[in-house]
Amino acid sequence: MSEPVPLTGTGTTGRGPAKAPSRRLSPALRYVLRRLLQAVLVMMLVMVGSFLLVKLAPGDMVDAMAGTRDLTADQIAGLRERYGLDQSVFVQLLRYMALLATFDFGYSPINAAPAMDVILARLPVTAILVVCSVSLSMVIGTLFGILASRFAGKAVDLGISMFMLLLYATPSFIIAILLILVFAVKLRWLPIAGFESVGMGYTGLTYLKDVAAHLILPVTALCTFYIAIYGRIGRASMLEVLKLDFVRTARGKGLTEGRVFYVHALRNALLPLVTMAGLQVSSLFGGAVLIETIFGLPGMGRTAFDAVFQRDTNLLLGVVFISSLAVVIVNFVIDMLYMVLDPRVNLK
Amino acid sequence: MTTMNRRSFLSTLAAAGVVPAVMAGSRRALAQTSGGVLRTPAWPAPTFLNSAVSTGGPESFLSPKFYDGLLGYEYGMVPKASLATEWSMSDDGLTVEFKLRDGVKWHDGEAFTARDVAFTFMEVLKVHHGRGRTTFAALESVETPDDLTAIFHLSRPTPALMRALDSRESPILPAHLYEGTDIMANPVNTAPVGTGPFLLENYEIGANVVMVKNPDYWDEGFPRLDRLVIQYIADPATRVAMLESGQADAIFLNQIPAQEILRLAELPEFEMTTDGFEAMPSAQQMDFNLDNEILANKTVRHAIAHAIDVNWITQNVWYGMGQPGRSPLHFDQRAYFTTEGVPSYPYDPARANELLDEAGYPRGAGGMRFALTLDPSPWGTESITAASYIKEVLRQVGIDVTIRTQDFAVFVQTVYTDRTHDLALYTASMGVDPTIGVHRFYNSASFLPGTGFSNGAHYVNPEVDALLNAASIETDEAARVQEYADFQRLAYEDLPVLKVTDISMATIANVRVKDHTVDALGALGSLKQCWIEE
Repeated sequence: MSEPVPLTGTGTTGRGPAKAPSRRLSPALRYVLRRLLQAVLVMMLVMVGSFLLVKLAPGDMVDAMAGTRDLTADQIAGLRERYGLDQSVFVQLLRYMALLATFDFGYSPINAAPAMDVILARLPVTAILVVCSVSLSMVIGTLFGILASRFAGKAVDLGISMFMLLLYATPSFIIAILLILVFAVKLRWLPIAGFESVGMGYTGLTYLKDVAAHLILPVTALCTFYIAIYGRIGRASMLEVLKLDFVRTARGKGLTEGRVFYVHALRNALLPLVTMAGLQVSSLFGGAVLIETIFGLPGMGRTAFDAVFQRDTNLLLGVVFISSLAVVIVNFVIDMLYMVLDPRVNLK
Repeated sequence: MTTMNRRSFLSTLAAAGVVPAVMAGSRRALAQTSGGVLRTPAWPAPTFLNSAVSTGGPESFLSPKFYDGLLGYEYGMVPKASLATEWSMSDDGLTVEFKLRDGVKWHDGEAFTARDVAFTFMEVLKVHHGRGRTTFAALESVETPDDLTAIFHLSRPTPALMRALDSRESPILPAHLYEGTDIMANPVNTAPVGTGPFLLENYEIGANVVMVKNPDYWDEGFPRLDRLVIQYIADPATRVAMLESGQADAIFLNQIPAQEILRLAELPEFEMTTDGFEAMPSAQQMDFNLDNEILANKTVRHAIAHAIDVNWITQNVWYGMGQPGRSPLHFDQRAYFTTEGVPSYPYDPARANELLDEAGYPRGAGGMRFALTLDPSPWGTESITAASYIKEVLRQVGIDVTIRTQDFAVFVQTVYTDRTHDLALYTASMGVDPTIGVHRFYNSASFLPGTGFSNGAHYVNPEVDALLNAASIETDEAARVQEYADFQRLAYEDLPVLKVTDISMATIANVRVKDHTVDALGALGSLKQCWIEE
């Protein structure tokens, strides 16, 4: 690591008194603690806010059940009592918070199972989908961005920019439908529904291949928009950084153009891309609702859709809670990464 | 059978049961291929895997694969043996005796006995089943003189009962696993132990259900499928693509849009059938809230009926998959449906205008006479689509309609609890017997605010009540036919509910899928005869 970027964050390890004066350790730690406190506050707000929002809507879970199961008025009253829906909203909120404190989301009536069990079964599907999409779109998008900036103003740049614009402008559900039509219905190459070939009893490598085949189309559909975003941000960021003084210095020192471009400039140009990754994870949970629904993936997004449709309040709140937790954690990690990557982050 | 004599309907049904059980499941089938995996996408996912505790659609489809009923039904709802091998009813219609099949085992190896039958009817169906409460209301006790005999004692004749004994409507549950437990919370509800042709292999909540052949099934040679895989897929377009790309073999119960069913049916790889849905005739209909003083006026209701072309809706919203509504009953309720003497309301805007003028609602400023709200049910898209059409045609006769779309819970609350609706448009099951599906919309005793899909119009006509109450206990079939004919005339003259479309359900399957629909229950039954051609 020879580039001129001071690594502020390394001081926090607190090893050896010589290079890490206590005056520098303390603001970093305080910064971390402040971010943590913010994260907890956000989670509290999400919890209370989402609970009240759900309660504001007219009609409840028992109304939805009554409509499909031919219940009598007595049974309806019994169900409201069973699920505590006959209590005031305030009492319900207190009960809910007490439940959450034990990391329990309550019972999910539409699944006849604890909401936590349902969510834990779905979480891996969404996690895999999100991780694959973020990493793939980041890598591909960044590569496109670098390539475009390397040949800025030339035909390659123009071609890539046009392509990025197309990906950027096409909604993911349109891409999903096109992918289904081409790769499943016409060519019959890829599966389109579910996380695996259900009931086939695959194990080992066959199972992994099967899951991978099921993920290709949904991940592609989720990626396209973000490939365009990373491509455009990556290009702009590179061009920006290449104009800075330290790049001129590096060139002045006689470093090769390749080294200046790929080592010195690239590392600094990555900062906005990291920010973007944080935003992407957050919005992917939203995008996953659509893609999981289209591709019949039993993930968190699909669960949210089911829960909303059938008014399974506990399940819905559980999904919102877990998704928010994931987003808050990712943002926390991004903040920490920033502290490491960017010396300009104000620790005060 | 000779000419229709005084022999009661019930005895006719009962007599059919005396035919030996050997008739059940035709043996010619054994000469043919069997085996294969049937994959079908569906939506929504079930809560339970058992339709004794829920009348929901997903449960009703799954349950008959795990559980058996006392009877099955040939086309025309003619009873056939299942867990019961013989049945007979007393002349007064108050006692029904069932001889049960010997040697039937539950999936856990325990023997099936009359105790299971008594327990299921008395403790589960009469208490927890939405329709069972009504259907078996008169069932006072089930006597079990020995392990293979169950005698039903009724407080009054219940003709509908003999049509509701199949595995979909009344599956028999294992008493040894349910007795003494909180039935709604019993874990067997999601881990079924039945006597049926399939065993549960894997259940991923909300995602899929995988079943395997029950090797010890009492009906030798069945089921023919090795596996049955149901995947819950929310997007109808994906379900279509699965079938078209060969990733699914069949789609039952109109789980894809009608235009797609019709398009696929044109392709050589697929076959469509509308058979096998007699047990659940469904219809789209519109309630007039009679508590609204404008709609309480019969002339206004007639005018609205003349302003709406139900044939247009059937052809364009339902893509011709059904028949325009002509009576409170569904055309598939073949024994009782009639149009003879039933008033009809042909599309005639001029007549509608005339009637509205006559009713004392002349056009005011802007050409409008009065305003109404229309709440379409969001269950399926057809009611929402038809609502837009109705808004436009009613505007043409001077009625200003505001459509209120909402989610299902809010729809149920608005229409059945708060009753703040004027017009409510929805689809509903008309029942395997009118007692089960139709009475609830017209009987004044069914005006039950808070109960979904009850008498939402708040219709009260003592004459209609008398006819419905008589038909529900009528043991003389000819008299019952007459009572329902009179009911249809009267109720369609009063018109508290406008029948829009009697829906035809359809199954669309790859031609390789054989024998999925062989009786009145079709794929809603056990699917034990079904097999896949290699």
